[in-house]
Amino acid sequence: MLNSAANPTIADLRERIQRLEGRAVRKGEVLSFGLAEIDARLPGGGLALGALHEVAGGGADAVHGAAAALFVAGIVARTKGDVLWCLTRPDLFGPALAQAGLHHDRVIYVEADREEDVLTNFEEGLRFGGLGAVVAELVRLPMTASRRLQLAAEASGTMGIALRRWRRPTEAADFGQPTAATTRWRISVLPSEPLPVPGIGRARWLAELIRARAGEAAEFEIGACDATGRISLSPHARDGQDQTRGSRNFA
Amino acid sequence: MPAAKAQAMISGLHLVDADPAGDALAIERLALWMLRQYTPVVAMDSLDGIVMDTEGADHLRGGELLMLTGLVNSLRGRGLQARGAVADTWGCAHAIARATRREVIIIPVGETAKAVVNLPVSSLRLPSDIVSGLTELGFRNVGEVSATSRAPLTLRFGPEVGRRLDQMFGRLAEPIDPIRTAEFVEVSRSFSEPIGAAETIARYIGKLVVELCAALETRGQGVRRADLIIYRVDNTLQSLRAGTAKPVRDIAHLTKLLCSSIEKIDPGFGIDKLSLAATMIEALEDKQSISSLVEETIVDVTPLLDSLGNRGQRMYRLAPVESDVPERNVGRVSPIAAKLGQAWPTRWPRPSRMLAYPERIEVIALTPDHPPASITWRGKRRRIKRGDGPERVFGEWWVRSSEMEAVRDYYSVEDEDGNRFWVYRSGDGVDPATGTAKWFLHGIYG
Repeated sequence: MLNSAANPTIADLRERIQRLEGRAVRKGEVLSFGLAEIDARLPGGGLALGALHEVAGGGADAVHGAAAALFVAGIVARTKGDVLWCLTRPDLFGPALAQAGLHHDRVIYVEADREEDVLTNFEEGLRFGGLGAVVAELVRLPMTASRRLQLAAEASGTMGIALRRWRRPTEAADFGQPTAATTRWRISVLPSEPLPVPGIGRARWLAELIRARAGEAAEFEIGACDATGRISLSPHARDGQDQTRGSRNFA
Repeated sequence: MPAAKAQAMISGLHLVDADPAGDALAIERLALWMLRQYTPVVAMDSLDGIVMDTEGADHLRGGELLMLTGLVNSLRGRGLQARGAVADTWGCAHAIARATRREVIIIPVGETAKAVVNLPVSSLRLPSDIVSGLTELGFRNVGEVSATSRAPLTLRFGPEVGRRLDQMFGRLAEPIDPIRTAEFVEVSRSFSEPIGAAETIARYIGKLVVELCAALETRGQGVRRADLIIYRVDNTLQSLRAGTAKPVRDIAHLTKLLCSSIEKIDPGFGIDKLSLAATMIEALEDKQSISSLVEETIVDVTPLLDSLGNRGQRMYRLAPVESDVPERNVGRVSPIAAKLGQAWPTRWPRPSRMLAYPERIEVIALTPDHPPASITWRGKRRRIKRGDGPERVFGEWWVRSSEMEAVRDYYSVEDEDGNRFWVYRSGDGVDPATGTAKWFLHGIYG
């Protein structure tokens, strides 16, 4: 009876309820992986732009954060604009990020001495609103802090990625604590694609979508980022041909 | 000593006329340099010194001692012999710096009295006739003067002696009037009633910024560094400094930068004057921006960088450096440096995390050029399933002579679980001159 288009109050209420439910999907607000299998599992068909996402490494990578960093680099490489990368331990290797499609001219590193400063920088970057994405390497992410970050990201429409990285493997149990992040990923390394010749093929990861707001958990076996930051679903073709090999070399 | 007598004592003595005006100008130039470099409150101290209020500014240089040593060293680098002292009061620092033989001296907080008792009366900054009068009366040092009852001294020499003593011991405030030149733009506002609330201070900072920006606009300039000086009713000064990466004349941005550290202001009993000075100014012309409705506009991130930078965070971008040695081929550049768009020329996959220093590993490998069969790193043995390499990196003799013949052979290896590492052997495995044949782990692949 009541047409929502005719009654702006109802439409407004409906939108607010949707936002409470986490289903506020407006056009252009998601960054899809370009893989139907993964995008279908994410509400809105991709990673929401104005939202906080959490990525951690699995196994030994919980400490090193090497695969998780590349996964994040591949995601932010596909956003537009500069990227702010907040950290305390400056051990990222620029050429590797460039090979994942994230050009070094786009990344501004903000190095802080204390973990709290990283959180402050992260939030300030998210509130600024002119960046493509903000990444922060964090040990701890309390619920309150993550809520603030999520709200900051929603307000500015900037994607925030908390790259969780612990000092000891035992601390990684902290990843079970709830946060306000929209999605939560765990990236573990898998043995690389076999090649018919001696050598190491394209890296493969097990990407576990542990939590997705208004979505379901899932896990995927994926091939590591190519030169444009795109992952691929792990190919079962046994001829061992890495189709992206030709292009990834020009990162 | 007359010049003739000096010449008689030392043959070939080179005489230079005193040039007080030139000296004063040179000191003023130095003071301006320090104002830009160290702290907003800098002034000339008598004819031969400079006084700075470094409270809240020393941590940016690693503490008081490092700041002062750095300052004295950089002055020596310019051919100037300088002595520096940090103390609670202007009077104490003035006296100590002139009396001590050490180049750098820090008087800890609250130890002013102990430090100055043995100083000569002449270090009290009194006119010379008062100093000679005190010496005639038998006073040898500051401690004796301060222990004497004040009334007879005042009767004989006037209030100056008591005032200088109180200033030295910190009983009387002695604000430093910061040095200013004609090229600085300064706006200030005095209050009939002292203000203290953070919101009120923020409001007046906003008004000052508007005035400053208007003044700068008429000159076609933008501010690179703005100093806010807060005069409190109890005659003490505080200062806040905001720096920007590019010249700025944006009212909202400047206000935000200054207000972001408003919690550092201690209003005490109230503030009766605020003064905002642009101490580093650069030309800033209005430009017409070309906007296209189709393309996405490029957002200028410098306001964000300014606010992060004013909180003391290190910011940088990475840029390629022409070197094959992995730890040398990444350089840090300023985040506002021109984007050159070059890329690393390597076609080999690179690890996403590098260790700060390569770590020794135990390796079983077939020499000379096979990847390892197993590695032991941080006490854990890993069997290697796949490997790639070697990628030979030659030492750079133009950087270090010890690298004349040095060689590293890099391999990418993958263990049973899929963890991939970047390891290298020092040397080519045949010629011991090229390296020790020890193995190191350098990076972790993602």
